[in-house]
Amino acid sequence: MIPNILSFIVFLPVVGMFIVLLLPREKKTAIKVVSAVFTGLQIVLAWQIYVNFDTNTTSMQFVEQVKWIESFNIWYFVGIDGLSVSMVLLTALLSFIAIIASWNIDKAVKAYFALFLLLDAGMMGVFVALDFFLFYIFWEVMLLPMYFLIGIWGGPRREYAAIKFFLYTLLGSVLMLLALLVLYFNVKDPVTGGHTFNMLHMMDQANHTGILNQFNIRLLVYAALFIGFAIKVPIFPFHTWLPDAHVEAPTPISVILAGVLLKMGTYGMLRISFPILPDAMKWEPFLYGFVTLAVINIVYGSLCAMAQSDLKKLVAYSSIGHMGVVLLGMAGLTSLGMNGAVLQMFNHGIVSGMLFLLVGVIYDRAHHREIDGFGGLASQMPIYTGIASLAFFANLGLPGLNNFISEAFSFLGAFGSEAFNLKVFTIIGTLGIILTAGYMLWTLQRVFFGPLNPKYVNMPEVNTRELITLVPLGVLVIVLGVYPNLVLNLLEVSLNNLVQTVLNAPSVLLGMQ
Amino acid sequence: MIVDYVVWIILLPLISFTIQIFFGKRLPRQGDWLPTSVMFVDLLLALIVAGKVFSAYDPDFRIARSFEWVVLGTTTIKFGLLIDNLTAVMLFIVTLVSSLVHLFSIGYMHGDPRYSRYFAYLSLFSFSMLGLVSVDNFLGIYMFWELVGVSSFLLIGFWFEKHSASNAAKKAFLVNRVGDVGMFIGILLIFAITHTFNFDEVFGKIASGEFAGALLTAAGILIFCGAVGKSAQFPLHVWLPDAMEGPTPVSALIHAATMVAAGVYLVGRTFVLYTETALLIIAGIGTITAFIAATIAVVQMDIKKVLAYSTISQLGYMIAALGVGGYNAGLFHLMTHAFFKALLFLGAGSVIHAMHHEQDMRQMGGLRHKLPITFVTFLIATMAISGVPGLSGFFSKDAILAAALGKAMETGTLYHYLIFATLIFTAGLTAFYMFRALFLTFYGTPRNQEKYDHAHESPSTMTIPLIALALFTVIGGYGSWFEELIRKPSLAMFSTGAAQEAAHAAAEGAAHGAHTIAMVLSILFAFAGIFIAALYYYWNKYSAEAVSEKFAALYRFLWNKWYFDELYQATAVRGTLLLSRAMGWFDLKVIDGIVNGTARMTTLLSFGSGTTDNRVVDGLVNWVARIVGWFGATLREIQTGKVQAYILMALGAFILLYVIQLAMV
Repeated sequence: MIPNILSFIVFLPVVGMFIVLLLPREKKTAIKVVSAVFTGLQIVLAWQIYVNFDTNTTSMQFVEQVKWIESFNIWYFVGIDGLSVSMVLLTALLSFIAIIASWNIDKAVKAYFALFLLLDAGMMGVFVALDFFLFYIFWEVMLLPMYFLIGIWGGPRREYAAIKFFLYTLLGSVLMLLALLVLYFNVKDPVTGGHTFNMLHMMDQANHTGILNQFNIRLLVYAALFIGFAIKVPIFPFHTWLPDAHVEAPTPISVILAGVLLKMGTYGMLRISFPILPDAMKWEPFLYGFVTLAVINIVYGSLCAMAQSDLKKLVAYSSIGHMGVVLLGMAGLTSLGMNGAVLQMFNHGIVSGMLFLLVGVIYDRAHHREIDGFGGLASQMPIYTGIASLAFFANLGLPGLNNFISEAFSFLGAFGSEAFNLKVFTIIGTLGIILTAGYMLWTLQRVFFGPLNPKYVNMPEVNTRELITLVPLGVLVIVLGVYPNLVLNLLEVSLNNLVQTVLNAPSVLLGMQ
Repeated sequence: MIVDYVVWIILLPLISFTIQIFFGKRLPRQGDWLPTSVMFVDLLLALIVAGKVFSAYDPDFRIARSFEWVVLGTTTIKFGLLIDNLTAVMLFIVTLVSSLVHLFSIGYMHGDPRYSRYFAYLSLFSFSMLGLVSVDNFLGIYMFWELVGVSSFLLIGFWFEKHSASNAAKKAFLVNRVGDVGMFIGILLIFAITHTFNFDEVFGKIASGEFAGALLTAAGILIFCGAVGKSAQFPLHVWLPDAMEGPTPVSALIHAATMVAAGVYLVGRTFVLYTETALLIIAGIGTITAFIAATIAVVQMDIKKVLAYSTISQLGYMIAALGVGGYNAGLFHLMTHAFFKALLFLGAGSVIHAMHHEQDMRQMGGLRHKLPITFVTFLIATMAISGVPGLSGFFSKDAILAAALGKAMETGTLYHYLIFATLIFTAGLTAFYMFRALFLTFYGTPRNQEKYDHAHESPSTMTIPLIALALFTVIGGYGSWFEELIRKPSLAMFSTGAAQEAAHAAAEGAAHGAHTIAMVLSILFAFAGIFIAALYYYWNKYSAEAVSEKFAALYRFLWNKWYFDELYQATAVRGTLLLSRAMGWFDLKVIDGIVNGTARMTTLLSFGSGTTDNRVVDGLVNWVARIVGWFGATLREIQTGKVQAYILMALGAFILLYVIQLAMV
C-alpha cells in the first residue's frame, strides 16, 4: 500500500506535465510516451486503490488532511468513499485511453499533452477533494486546459465552442462560489467553532448555524448549487454547450468530456447538494422539478439525437438522454436507484467514450461525420463494425452489456420509490428505451448496412492503436454487463448510507424548530 | 443434477458462439461443424433432462436453483433456473429444431461470404432462447428476451447489403421494443409491489392476496405486451412478414418454431399473473391475430410470406387458447406447430434453394416430380397444419377449439362464442391457403420452365432434417403425456398457507363436454378449406383471378395487408420523426438561440457601454478638460506681467467688493 496514494494519483500528472514542458518541442514521440507513462502509472495507482479499498465502511478512506491556508481554515483534505472511488477509476482509465487516442495529434504537441495532463490532475482532484475550497480550486483548474484543448485543437468552429463552454461553466462556477461562501460563513467547525470548508462538517446538519437555518436561504443555496452542477451534467435547458463542445473538440477530448466531465455534475449533487442540504433536495417543488427535468433530458435528448445528421452530435445528444436516466435513478432515494444511477455514470463513461472513439476512427479516414455520407461500411470494415455494434447495442441498453443493468436499476429504483411517487415520470422515461433503440439502429443501418459507398472501397480497417483504445472498453462493456458487482460492490455501502442520510434528514423547516 | 445439465445446455452454445465469432473463419470448413455438433450434444442433453424430468411423471415437478446476483442494501436480486415439465419440453423443442436447422444450413448457406458468422449467430440465438425457457425470474426472462431479439436482428439483417433486409431487421427490433417496454413497465410494477423478480415468489404474493386487483390486471396486461411483440400479435404483428428477409433456415428456427413462440411460453410461464379481465384481452388479441393473418395469407404469392402469415395466425391460436383458459391446448399447439412449421419453412427453403432463390409461387408449379422428398414432407406438414385427422396439428388445434367452445359454453357470453366461431372459421381458411400454396408449388405444370429444368432435390444435409421433422409432425400428437404433465398452474401451488384455489383454474375440465362438437366442426371446416383450394388450384374448376377481380376492393385490402404498415408509417414512424425534427429545430433555434441571444445581448450591451464610456463618460472628462483649457487660455491674457495692470485690477476688485457689501447692508 502506497502512502498518500491520493496525492500521488492527483499530482502525478502534474509531474508529467513539468517533464513534458522540459522536453524540446520537436521530440513529439518522447512527449507522447511520457504522457502515456504517467497516465499509465495513474492506472497502476488506481488499481492499488481498487484492491485496497474497504467495501464495508461508510467512512472516507485513504484520507490525507493537512492545514493549507490557516487564516481561512482551508485544508488540503482528500479522501474517497464508494461514490468517488468509482469516478477515480473511471478517470484514470479514460485518461490513459485518451492519451493513446491522442497519438496522432500533430499540432503543438507539447502544449497539448501538457494541458491534457493538467486537466487530468484537475479531474482527479475534484473527485478526491473533501474540502469545498479545494474542490472549487480543482473544479476551476479543469476549466482552463479544457478551454484551450477545444479552442486550439478543435474543429472549424472551435473558438465559438470553447468560449461557449468556458462561459457556461464559469456561470456555474460563480453560482457555486456564492453557495460555497454562504456555507463557509454559516457552518461552524465543531472543534474550533470557526468557519469551515470541510465538507464532512457541512454534511452534519448540527453544524449549520446562522442564516443556514432559514429554509428559504437553504433553498436558495441548493438552487445555486443545482444550476452550477446542472450545467455540467448537462440538464435541459442548460445543455446546448455540450453538442457544440463535443462536435468541435478533438476525439480524445470528447471522450474526456462525455466520460468524465459530465459525471462531475451528478457527482457534485451526490457529494455536496444532497448530503449538505437534504431537506432542500426533498422539498417537493424542487424534487418534482428535478424529476421533470430528468425525464425531459431522457425524452427530449433522445428525440434531438434522432434528428441529428452529424454522428458526433448524435452521440452528444445521446449523452444528454443517458444522463437523464442517472438523474431519475438518483431522485427516488432508493438503494436500487442510487446504485443504478452511479453505476450508470460509470457505464456511460465507458460507452460514450467508446462511441466517441468510434466516431473518431471513421472521421480520421473520411474527414466527415455525416451519417448519410457513409453506408455499407460493414462489408469493408468487419472488425470495426463488430466493435461499433457492441457499443451501439450497449448504448441502447441491451441486456448482457453494461448499460442495461444500470438503466434497469435506475428505472426500478425510481418507480419503486417509497419517498416520492415517481411512477408516471418513470413510465414516460421508459419511452427513452424505444427512442434510443430507434436512433441507434437507424444510425447503424445508415452507416454500416446497405451497399458499400463506392467512395470508401479502400477504407482501411481499424488499426492496432485504435484497437488498444477500443478493446479495453469493449471488454468492460461485456464484463460489467454480466457481473456488475465489480463496480456495485464498491458503491453499495457508501450509497446506501447516502440514501439513508438524505431520507432520514428532517424535512421540516429547520428555522422553525 | 438436472440443473447442471441445463446449465451446460445453455452454456455450450454460448461457448461455441464465442469461438465461432472470433476464430470461425480460421477453423476448417469455417467452423460450421462446431455449432452444429454442439447443438446435437445439446439435443442429447435435453433428451436426458426430459427423461429425468418426465420419469417423475408429476405435473407439479419443479426444481429451481438460484444464486444471489446482486445485493444492494435490503434488495437481493437472485438469478437462477427453474426446471419443470414445461421447461423440459421447451428445451427439447428448441434443441431439436435448432440442431436440425444447423444441419440444414450447412447445405443452404454453402458458399455464403459470411458463412462462419452465420453459424456464430445461430449459436448466439440458441443460447439466448435456451436461457429464456429456463430462467426463473422476470428480469432474467426480459434479458434473454432482448438477447433473442438481437440475434433475430442480426439474422434478419444477415444480408445487410440489401436495403430491404436491413430495414426488416430494424423494424423487427423496434416493433419488438415497443412491446418490450410495456413488459418492462410491467416488471417495474411487479417489482414495486412484490420486491422480487422470482416467478414463484411473485406468484406466492398473488396466492396470498398481497398482489391483486386492478394492479395485478395491469401487470398482467403489461407483461402480455411483451408477448404481443415477440409473438407477432395484433397490433404489433407487422414485423414478422418482413423478417422473411433473413435466410430461410433462420425463418424456420427463429421466426416460426422457437423465438416467436416465446410470447406464448411467457404467457404460459406466468399464467397465474393473469386475471379474468386480462385473459379476456389476451383471448381477444389472439383471435383477432389468428383471423387477420389468415385472411392475408390467402392472397400472398411469395411462399415464405404465406408461411409467415400462417405463423402469425397460428400464434394467434395459441394465445387465444391461453386466453380462454386452454393452457395445455395452447402449449401443446406450440410444440406441434414448432415441428410442422419448421418443416414447412425448411421445405420452402429446399424449394427456394432448388429454384435458385426464387420465392414467387407464380414461378413454380409441378415441382413434386423434381423434389420428391421435399414434396412428401411438405405435404405431411400441410396436412398437419390444416388439421387432417391423425397428424399432430389436428390434435392440438382440436384441443384449442374444444377449449374455446368449452369456455363459451361455460360463460355463455357472446364474446366467447365469437372467439370460437372466428377460430373455427380461421381453421377453414388455414386449410385453404396452405393447400393453395401446396398446389401452386408442387402441382400443375411448371410456370417457369427454365427454372424448373434446373431444379434438383437438395443434398442429404437438407433432406434429413425434413424427414426428421416430418416424423415428429406425424407422431407428435399421440399419447396423453403432454396433457397429463403440462397442467395449468393453480395458485394453490404457490401459496404457503391455506390453499386458495384459483378463480380461473377450472376451465380445462369443462372443455371435454365440448370436445365432440369442436372436433366434428374442425374436421368439417378443414376439409371444406382443402376442397375449395382443390377446386381452384388443383382441378382448376374456377379461376382465382376471376374472384379477385370480382371482389377487387377486398382483394386490394388483403393484398395490402389491411394497410397496417401504411397506417404505422403515417402515424407512429412519421410522427416520431417529425417530432424529433421539431425538437432538433427547437433546440438549435430556440434553446441555443436564447443562449446565443444572451451572448449577443451581452456583447451589444458591452458595445453600448463601451460607446457610452467613450463618448459620454470620457467625453465629459475631455469636455471638462477642454473647458479648463479654454479658461486657462482666456485667463492667460490677464497675466500681462505689468504691475500697473495688477494694481488696477486689485483696485477694481476692491471697489466691486465694497459695492457688494454696501448693497448687502
